[in-house]
Parts: sequence; C-alpha cells; structure tokens
Amino acid sequence: MGGVRVKKFEQPKNFKFSKENLGKIDAVLKKYPSNQKQSAVMPLLDMAQRQQGGWIPEAAMEEIARILDMSRLKVFEVATFYTMYNLAPVGGYLLQFCTTTPCWLCGSGDIVKAAEDHLGAKIGETTKDGKFTLVEVECLGACVNAPMVQINDDYYEDLTPETMVALLKNLKTGKKVTIGSQTGRMGSCAQEGPTSLAEQAKKAKIAMAEDSGKGGKA
Amino acid sequence: MLLQDKDRIFTNLYGWEDAGLKAAQKRGDWNGTKKLIGKGRDWIIEEMKKSGMRGRGGAGFPTGLKWSFMPKDSGKPHYIVINADESEPGTCKDRDILRFEPHKLVEGALLSGFAIGANAGYIYIRGEFYNEAVAVQKAIDEAYDAGMIGKNACKSGWDFELYLHRGAGAYICGEESALLNSLEGKKGMPRNKPPFPAMAGLYSCPTTVNNVETIAAVPEILRRGGSWFASFGNENNHGTKLFCISGHVNRPCNVEDALSIPLKELIEKHAGGVRGGWDNLLAVIPGGSSTPLLPKSVCETVLMDFDSLRAAQSSLGTAGVIVMDKSTDIVQAICRLSQFYWHESCGQCTPCREGTGWVWRMMQQMVRGEAAIEDIDMLLDVCGQMEGNSICAHADAAAWPVQGLMRHFRDEVERRILEYRKKHAA
Repeated sequence: MGGVRVKKFEQPKNFKFSKENLGKIDAVLKKYPSNQKQSAVMPLLDMAQRQQGGWIPEAAMEEIARILDMSRLKVFEVATFYTMYNLAPVGGYLLQFCTTTPCWLCGSGDIVKAAEDHLGAKIGETTKDGKFTLVEVECLGACVNAPMVQINDDYYEDLTPETMVALLKNLKTGKKVTIGSQTGRMGSCAQEGPTSLAEQAKKAKIAMAEDSGKGGKA
Repeated sequence: MLLQDKDRIFTNLYGWEDAGLKAAQKRGDWNGTKKLIGKGRDWIIEEMKKSGMRGRGGAGFPTGLKWSFMPKDSGKPHYIVINADESEPGTCKDRDILRFEPHKLVEGALLSGFAIGANAGYIYIRGEFYNEAVAVQKAIDEAYDAGMIGKNACKSGWDFELYLHRGAGAYICGEESALLNSLEGKKGMPRNKPPFPAMAGLYSCPTTVNNVETIAAVPEILRRGGSWFASFGNENNHGTKLFCISGHVNRPCNVEDALSIPLKELIEKHAGGVRGGWDNLLAVIPGGSSTPLLPKSVCETVLMDFDSLRAAQSSLGTAGVIVMDKSTDIVQAICRLSQFYWHESCGQCTPCREGTGWVWRMMQQMVRGEAAIEDIDMLLDVCGQMEGNSICAHADAAAWPVQGLMRHFRDEVERRILEYRKKHAA
C-alpha cells in the first residue's frame, strides 16, 4: 500500500492457510478452468490478508505461489499492483478516506481533519495504540453520498466532522455503529425523498420529495 | 417529456425492497427467461440492435453490434465478462444494481451469455464493494439453487455458469483488457489491441465485456421489446439511463430517467437544484471525471446524451454528473482529478506514466498561480501529446479535464498567475 509509513516489523517465517481456508481454496479454484489456476491469485491474497489480520506476509505469497504453481515473483507483482493488499501490518481499523473531487466538493478535507485531530495521527500513520490506520484513497464510488470513509469492509456515508468523530468514538469503545449513511438516507435516494417510483415509495411508506413533479427548487 | 414510473427498469433502485430472488421475481425478474432464450441468439441480438442500447460504461458503443462481433463457431469457449469495477469519480450507479437489483444482472448475464454463445460468465467487481459482492454472490447462489443458471439454465437447454471475481483496488481494471489480465491473475495492465476481446479475450478465447447497467437492462429490453427502449431519448441516443448527481446540489441522488433529458431539468427536477439557486452554478462535469467540464452557459440548454454532449466538446461518459457552485476553486477541483489520473496510471506507457505526473505537478502550480502565462500553452501541448499515444485511453482521460478547464476558465487561471506575480514582485 502506497501511503502508509511503515515502522520496523517482523515477517513471519512461515505461513499456512487455516483448515477452513484450505477448504475455501478448493471452492475458489473451481471458478476457473483447471489449467488457469493463476486466476485464483487475487482471492487467495485476500484470504491470506484476512487470516493474518489485515496484511500479507512474504511467507504467504510464497505459499500462494506454491499452491497455484506460480513463480514467487508473479505473486509479488500482483500483490504490489493493487492498493488493497497491505504488505505491512495495519491497525485493526483501516480508515480509507475518499478525497477525490466529488467528496472534496462536499467537504472531505474537514472529515479527514476531524479524524486526524481526534485520533492524534495523520494520514499515512497508525495511532499509538495500533488500533487505527489512516489513508487517503481515490474515488470509492459512493459520490451521491459524499463525503464518505471506508472502514475495513464497510462504507460510512453522508459524513459531517461531528458524525465522523462520533463514529470513531463508538469504534474505540466497541459500541454498535451504523453502516452506510450517517443521516439515515436509504441508498442513493435523496434525503428529502424520491422524485420517482411513486408506487414503490408508497408501498415502502416513504414520502416523496415535497416538490416532486413540480420541477424542483429554483 | 419526463419518464414515467411504468417505464423505469430499476424499480428497486433505492433498496426499499429485498434484493433476494422472491422479491425480485415479484418485480418481474426471471419472468419468461426460458421463452426469451427459445427465440434464439439472432433474435436477441436483433432486439438489442433495435433497442439502440449504447454501452453504459462510458464509451457508448452499440451493444447489439458489439455482440455481433463474436464469432459463431470458434471451437473455443466463449465468455461474457461483466465490468463491475465502477471507479470513475462521480459514478455510483452500478453499485445500486449490485446491492439492490442483483437478479437483473444475473438474468442479464444468462441472456447475454446465450446471445454470444458463452456457457460461462464472470462478474469482475471492484474490491472495495465488499457488501455489494456479498449481495451479488447471494443472488448467484439463489439462481443456482432455483435452476435459473447452471446446467440447463431455466430449463432452456443452455448451460450457463456464472462466477464473481473481486478486484483489489485499481481504477485501470475498468479498462476491459486490463480487467481481463487481472482476471487471469496478472497485473491489471491494458493489452495492445488488436486482437480485440471478441477474437482473443479471457484466456485467449472470444469474450465480450459489458458494463453492469448495460447487462442488467437486457432482460427488460427483451421482455418489452427493443422498440420500447428505443422510444426514449433522441435519435441515436435511446433508452433510459441511470444518472448520478453529486456535488453542490440540494439533494444529491441517483435516478433513472430518459436519455436526452436536459441537464438543467435533471438537476432541478431530481436533485433539488443547485445549492443557492441556478444562478449560483459555476460548472458541471457531466459524465464522470474524464469528461471535460461545461460552464453554466452551456448547462442552460445541453441535453444529457452521447451526441449532444459530444457537440458541446464533452461526453456523456458514465452520466456521473458533478455539480460545482460558485464557491468552488475550479482549478483545484480539476487539479484533484489530475492527481487521481496520476495515482491510477498503471505505468506501462511513458506518455501516461510521465505525463500524468507532470500534468499534476503543473496543475498544482496553476492552483497557486505559480507559473508563467506561456505555461498554459505548454500544459495544453503536453496534454495534446498524451492523447492517442498510449495503449489505453487513461492518458487521454487525464488530458481531457485539463483541456476543458482551459477552454472555459483560462481567464481564471491567468488571473491567478498575474496575482501571484504581483504579490511576489517585490
């Protein structure tokens, strides 16, 4: 991963997939023609990263190369090409802030600053307790729910600096957090209600936008 | 004329109902799939041609025509590959299909696969869409369990296997040949063309790569007929389309409407208008980050379709509409896109690897005004050299936003340069 400043860390000497994951590997391999095992390199790297707690040791790449009959170099090429593979340990919560133009227009800079100030760590750093790693990423494809952050597998959208800090506090103390919109929006529907799909909205007991059909606000 | 609800394809766009098989069937998915397959390959391709569908991934290539490029009897396996690597800044439409309407995608995959002679298909989804991948996998599993796909899919006599493959963070994998390399377990770098995927795609076999929105619309087009879909939009720009309206609007949202809807109407009717009113509008990026911005004067009248936006020296792209009001630092807004293209260059071709970084550095100077007036022309000259000189269109896409900025906001860039000079004259 490009943006993380890495402190010294130890590479484990060995890596073995868990019994459960070995079963999953068989299922993954069935997705691809039997002479195209290399296609499974991405799912296996992801599996290794999850098993290791968020990063991929070199020993895991060697093990994947062995399983898929690939050279170590080819596995390393793939592991270094994609941003989601972490080749060094990261915090338990990996905060990926989208700062590309649509999020930036909606104040992603303030979101990043609120998180940095609250956690006492900057983009590219991990908090002293090792819990949070902050990175800046490119467009995560949730632009109508900007600004947003991805934390591990989940998106948190429609953020304000206040809800960003509240989210971090809840994660720190292990309280329940709401995935998705932090303002209660459903998917990509406008906060004030939809302007289409009236019948479906009625069935779902959702009020249409007040001025829907009248041409919107000036 | 506004699109009526009865003509909307994505009736669960906002996820009010369950995404699972039963609810999807109630919405009309999987209705008469066997019968559609029974009408044959040529009928499906002909209907798609009649519908006027142009690919929804950005390039706008006619879908039926693309399918007809697939060889009839190649003697090799054929593949349908669905591009769910949605990453173009401003674009978040496929995400809604993946999480709320995955059965439209799975049924569309079967019908499209049948049409191009493919017994197998892959959905390549961007790695960050983890929960969306879970939703799609659930739909695939449900379809297998119900006999909709797999051996003798829908009892049609056609075998069709469908697999989900997750990416891992690389915008370039949205380029179809890079996607295929990634799917083959390699670095996601674009391939030289020819050969085109229809001749040698996945595993060197005939392959068609289509966008999620394109494929998910196929079943409804075939059920209602190509002429139904063609009845929306202007000549050569037919059908309904998902629009994403982000940035400085009162109600950012995704919405399905007809192609050729006026941009102003799209923003005012569906997105609650520009923040602070229409007169507070500065510019709009109409179709995702690579499409050159349009100043307010053009936004007044331009229609949201392929040909109208092309005539306005921009593009429909993915229909990711990014709205910027007068508070926007327009140079910084485009500079941030230059950073994006630099970050996402795969590094294979020199004009792109070196050019995107150079453009970003120069744009950072333009933001501060720390440049010479002549640098603007030099920047445009470099952008011109980046176009058409690399394996894929990434370098071109990096050049277009900068060209759009200088076309319409050169005054602002020059003003900053003069201001900086004045300030630092002493």
